[in-house]
Amino acid sequence: MEKNKDNILHKYTQNEYKHGWVTDIESDTIPKGLNEDVIRMISKKKNEPQFLLDFRLKAYRYWKEMQMPSWAHLSIPEINYQDIVYYSAPKQKAGTKSMDDVDPELQKTFDRLGIPIDEQKRLAGVAVDAVMDSSSVKTTFKEKLAEKGIIFCSFSEAVQNHPDLIKEYMGTVVPYTDNYFAALNSAVFSDGSFCYIPKGVKTPMELSTYFRINAANTGQFERTLIVAEDDSYVSYLEGCTAPIRDNNQLHAAIVEIVAKNNAHVKYSTVQNWYPGDKNGKGGIYNFVTKRGMAQGNNSKISWTQVETGSAITWKYPSVILRGDNAVGEFYSVAVTNNHQQADTGTKMIHIGKNTKSTIVSKGISAGYSNNSYRGLVKITKNAENARNFSQCDSMLMGDKCGAHTFPYIETNNKTAIVEHEATTSKIGEDQIFYCNQRGINEEDAIGLIVNGYAKEVINKLPMEFAVEAQTLLQISLEGSVG
Amino acid sequence: MSIDAQSIDLKDRYLDYFYKNLEYLKDGLPAYINDKREKAIQTFQKKGIPHNKNEAYKYTDLNSAFEKQYKNYMHPKKIDFNLDDIFKCDVPELNTHVVLLLNGWFYENKTPRRQLPNGVIISSFREAANKYPSLIKKHYNQYADSESESLTALNTAFAQDGVFLYVPEGKVMDKPVQIINLLLDEEDGMAQHRNLFVIEESGEAKVIVCDHTLSEKNFLTNSVTEMYVGQNANLDFDRVQNEHNGSTQISNIYLHQEKDSNVLSNTITLHGGLVRNNFYMQLKGENCENQTLGLYLGDRSQHIDNYVHIDHAFPNCRSNQLFKGVLDDMATGAFSGRILVRQDAQKTEAYQANNNILLTDDAKMNSKPQLEIYADDVKCSHGGTSGQPNENALFYLRSRGIPYKEAQLLLMYAFAHEIIGQIRTPPLQDRIHELVEKRLRGELSRCNYCEIDCGDPGKN
Repeated sequence: MEKNKDNILHKYTQNEYKHGWVTDIESDTIPKGLNEDVIRMISKKKNEPQFLLDFRLKAYRYWKEMQMPSWAHLSIPEINYQDIVYYSAPKQKAGTKSMDDVDPELQKTFDRLGIPIDEQKRLAGVAVDAVMDSSSVKTTFKEKLAEKGIIFCSFSEAVQNHPDLIKEYMGTVVPYTDNYFAALNSAVFSDGSFCYIPKGVKTPMELSTYFRINAANTGQFERTLIVAEDDSYVSYLEGCTAPIRDNNQLHAAIVEIVAKNNAHVKYSTVQNWYPGDKNGKGGIYNFVTKRGMAQGNNSKISWTQVETGSAITWKYPSVILRGDNAVGEFYSVAVTNNHQQADTGTKMIHIGKNTKSTIVSKGISAGYSNNSYRGLVKITKNAENARNFSQCDSMLMGDKCGAHTFPYIETNNKTAIVEHEATTSKIGEDQIFYCNQRGINEEDAIGLIVNGYAKEVINKLPMEFAVEAQTLLQISLEGSVG
Repeated sequence: MSIDAQSIDLKDRYLDYFYKNLEYLKDGLPAYINDKREKAIQTFQKKGIPHNKNEAYKYTDLNSAFEKQYKNYMHPKKIDFNLDDIFKCDVPELNTHVVLLLNGWFYENKTPRRQLPNGVIISSFREAANKYPSLIKKHYNQYADSESESLTALNTAFAQDGVFLYVPEGKVMDKPVQIINLLLDEEDGMAQHRNLFVIEESGEAKVIVCDHTLSEKNFLTNSVTEMYVGQNANLDFDRVQNEHNGSTQISNIYLHQEKDSNVLSNTITLHGGLVRNNFYMQLKGENCENQTLGLYLGDRSQHIDNYVHIDHAFPNCRSNQLFKGVLDDMATGAFSGRILVRQDAQKTEAYQANNNILLTDDAKMNSKPQLEIYADDVKCSHGGTSGQPNENALFYLRSRGIPYKEAQLLLMYAFAHEIIGQIRTPPLQDRIHELVEKRLRGELSRCNYCEIDCGDPGKN
């Protein structure tokens, strides 16, 4: 039995990254390095209004004075910020109107990724804003969404077409002074998605963006902004895969969400970037600032994430519960294998009255990896009747990995009820035995148990993602029991 | 002035103080203790006084406590009355070996030393350092972390006296040792005593520590207690902290447990201005059992911070951390617990919980229950809750004719009982029950057992 297990362990931990390839597309890149001229150049290439350039420069000057934080439970190789290309856009022929005009290489890439861009995609009912490297290439269903008054486009397009909205909301949830990587992103952000849901509108379909890092040595600095007006609803999906790469790549994105009265924003992520090889070489650094502002009364923001990729994941999707009766949710499955590292969790800041938050975090570590949950629940003085429930479970597979939990609970109001519980255990031998006994082989048994363990979170994903997520879990760690 | 700049100034004051008095600090103590001083002060110089930018001190800034000018505290206080006669911190029906520390100095009883069972030593640390050099040398500064903890290093640099307890192999102490820490002075004072308890293989001891302030002045205590518990040995460490609002108490407890040993640490914080308890529990053998418990009751503008670090380095050990607190008025509490399970510590069972009741909107609680686990075959859990007395339970009691205030007290009393009930010395348990009840009713004066006329620091 032990031997059998080892075989399975071996087989699965040997898994090579399934989405690894480099697309051969001519990219429009600028020289490596970061200074004010580079920022001006990025801004100019994107034909940005003055206020945006000023914003970038302010952020850059602030960033220059900062030190990279070191408090996380991560070991991060030194990053040379002057050795990164800060702008890379696939070269586009002018005036791409139909799919036929899109670079065939690019289309092939999307096909391999399975992004629904064409007719079949209409059947899938997903509007896709495909971001390849830094520039948005093709947006579908825009017209259909536009009918309802929904704006769903790349960030750069929004800058050109809706500068007022950008000016009004950008940086209000994550100011450039927020942290080191937020400042860096604010200075050099390349592109991203913008989504505006007008009052009373419910999006007719899931909105999704595929982020993909493609040109070699290109750090990606995405910026996503979602604004949900009163009584609106949006479900937004984000999924990522990236090709095999030798050099570590830095990804420092910002996601900002604004939810007004009675608005409900659901943000789901499946993250499967290149995690590095078996020996921990290469892989993406995923340092993201995601934050939602539930500013309206009865507003709701929920984050769901399945994190299986990246060499280092360092992010805390958060919700500021400012409106009365606002609700924040965080559902997460984070899987680390081989030499991956993750320090992830959430922050729930309760400001309004009767605010509620729920945190369910499932960590799974295998191989030589380290997986940490770090979360803050803060009940401010005026948050009457705030309620929080947190559950953080960790599962260990193998005796060389680590699972850690670092919750911070700050209670400043007596009416608050805050609960936190966490457990750490290994995958149940008795459960495996039970399955074996019923003729389910070990490999499938582990798949079953892990998916059962993560079910609470997977269930929160939109259907399209739930399937992908389950497969991902199986690939990422199934059978890693030692 | 920024925090950092402030800390530097402050730090310099203590450095200056150290170098000016180095000869005096060394006086009367053997070289193996004095040799450690300079290295320790360098650590302190490097690390500085912890402030809220240090992760471990995120919720407790000690700069304001160190800022006060404390008078030269390095000389034992001369008093012209017999403390034994007037100070009776007695627990009814509990017979103990009483030891007094006055401002961190061992106070020599005028009454004859009580008979001790064969080979047990209770003495001044200072005296023991000269009398049993090989014994002390073997343990001194072996468990305390003077390399990375700046306040422990500060203590190592300044330590001159404290309590030394030695229980030889296979000996069971006939009755508990009661250490009473008294702070009494006409000026603001500081104490940095250093205790060392060594319980050899299969030995058994109970230690009760009571902290009191007897005068209205501001006090700062930065004590280090090192405890070595040998194979199959037992130690109960019960502590009652009861100091006035002008005091700052930083206690650093370093425990080293050998195979099959069993330790129960119980810290009851009844009263104190700023209390920071650091517990570093190291389980250094298989099959150890450790319980680190605490109860804290804060009101007015008190601040109570418990920092617990349990290190599971060997397989088959069990540990349990349970800290409960009731915070009233503007009191703030902090709890930071960490369970570290190292790679080889399989079959570890480790639990941690922190439960709090907030009675007012101005009370605050910050809690960080943490797990750091590198072994896979373990059972670990932690939990934290924060809330107020249960409405339904209150209603139930009131519907049976119990007045609101009384019902609330009853619930809090039950809440506290989970900790007090764990005390393994029955008379002490009863006594603490009584004290906690009084404390919850607001009737407890720290001066119940003291006849020194020092005004009424309770109003401080």
